[in-house]
Amino acid sequence: MASSEEDGAPEAGGDREAPRRRRRLGSLATAWLTFYNVAMTAGWLVLAIAMVRFYMEKGTHRGLYKSIQKTLKFFQTFALLEIVHCLIGIVPTSVLVTGVQVSSRIFMVWLVTHSIKPIQNEESVVLFLVSWTVTEITRYSFYTFSLLNHLPYFIKWARYNFFIILYPVGVAGELLTIYAALPYVKKTGMFSIRLPNKYNVSFDYYYFLLITMASYIPLFPQLYFHMLRQRRKVLHGEAVVEKDE
Amino acid sequence: MTDLSPGWRFWMPRQGKSCVFWTRTPRGDVPALPLQVEPQATIAEIKNLFTKTHPQWYPARQSLRLDPKGKSLKDEDILQKLPVGTTATLYFRDLGAQISWVTVFLTEYAGPLFIYLLFYFRVPFLYGHKYDFTSSRHSVVHLACICHSFHYVKRLLETLFVHRFSHGTMPLRNIFKNCTYYWGFAAWMAYYINHPLYTPPTYGAQQVKLALAIFVICQLGNFSIHMALRDLRPAGSKTRKIPYPTKNPFTWLFLLVSCPNYTYEVGSWIGFAIMTQCLPVALFSLVGFTQMTIWAKGKHRSYLKEFRDYPPLRMPIVPFLL
Repeated sequence: MASSEEDGAPEAGGDREAPRRRRRLGSLATAWLTFYNVAMTAGWLVLAIAMVRFYMEKGTHRGLYKSIQKTLKFFQTFALLEIVHCLIGIVPTSVLVTGVQVSSRIFMVWLVTHSIKPIQNEESVVLFLVSWTVTEITRYSFYTFSLLNHLPYFIKWARYNFFIILYPVGVAGELLTIYAALPYVKKTGMFSIRLPNKYNVSFDYYYFLLITMASYIPLFPQLYFHMLRQRRKVLHGEAVVEKDE
Repeated sequence: MTDLSPGWRFWMPRQGKSCVFWTRTPRGDVPALPLQVEPQATIAEIKNLFTKTHPQWYPARQSLRLDPKGKSLKDEDILQKLPVGTTATLYFRDLGAQISWVTVFLTEYAGPLFIYLLFYFRVPFLYGHKYDFTSSRHSVVHLACICHSFHYVKRLLETLFVHRFSHGTMPLRNIFKNCTYYWGFAAWMAYYINHPLYTPPTYGAQQVKLALAIFVICQLGNFSIHMALRDLRPAGSKTRKIPYPTKNPFTWLFLLVSCPNYTYEVGSWIGFAIMTQCLPVALFSLVGFTQMTIWAKGKHRSYLKEFRDYPPLRMPIVPFLL
């Protein structure tokens, strides 16, 4: 899409919205965000404990997903609120980045593991569940303590170092799970619309999954290197020369 | 694009006519090849001079400004009239490879015209072999082809003969972005409309007739607005005025919206979506509407900023609502 159009009228592109100054959060916003982050930390902690207990009692990962699925779906879906937080400006992150992040989680939980039952006992599911759990507990406790202005260094350290391993591990788990699901999707033709139909459209979930897997190739490095840059800035106080686009 | 670009300082003697360029480097200011510049020189002339010593940065790529974070100076600005003292420091920024608006428009519109026809004529490898070069038995499919082709021919002709562009160029990468959007959606829509298994509209001829009426009215409306906007601005000038309704009834929409051309454009695509009853067309209309709303809001804001007496009843794109 052309970045701006023209006719005889004044230029559109020059103006920008006044930069939002959110350095000072209102007390309501602070209270809500603190509650939200505490709740999410607790939720993912419960998940972690449930997973450990299951493995200790049963000694296998089979049935693990089934036992924790309700809790997982609840807390992961609740994270949609984070997009709203960015939209209304109480969190300074870009809506797009948060949107992509949360959408990919919702996609994995609801459109893959929930909907494609045969793959629920795959090992790759455990792989991404563990990665997500550790990441989220670290992330939400980091936000909680930051909001309360008492951030222990080890939490900051964890938030900016764990991802180095957890990100690739999580991505591997997700990709392997989608890959395992492909034969079932192809066989059942689930979530797909064929021609002819009243609205003259078609959709093939199998190819959609393939394209999704392919999209990890450009997306994952971008997110990973973004986190690495943040890490250098936060932990080592390096001045980051940002590209302005 | 980083801001680590060299700055130039030029000395503007009070009575004299010659100026000298200096180049700012990390080691400090280093005199570049001295260039003579009149104090009455325009920014455009300075850019041309600059290109002579730095040929890789043609004028369209140059952004000169008085402050590294400030707005770009306009080509028409005269050096003497700028808020500078006897010494003027200009900061240079490379805008990247540029391409002319006309080129971009022609390319992005020619694509859909051609691509749609490939699907209409069922060129081999698009559908199953038994359908190669066959023709649809639904009259609405032929009508849709005429409408779609007319729309893009109109756009091409307007680009060549009607529009008066403020800027000559835009960044080169835009052509890839824009063409992907237009060509991609055109192929996606055309695939379904011209598909051997295409299902005609549920309400038959009635639906198609209504849709065609909407489409034609909006095409005429859109063209009327483009002509009205062209007439606002004499050839070669970059003046800006508030557009007002003319004798042409299609322009009366200016009473209610700032950008009726966008309103009519969305209307045309809604008409086309109803005509073809094709979900991809509806999605294309929605995406286009979203983008045009963003542009309309920006333009509306610019109008409000520039003109104190701007008509208060007007909304950006949808009367009374948006």
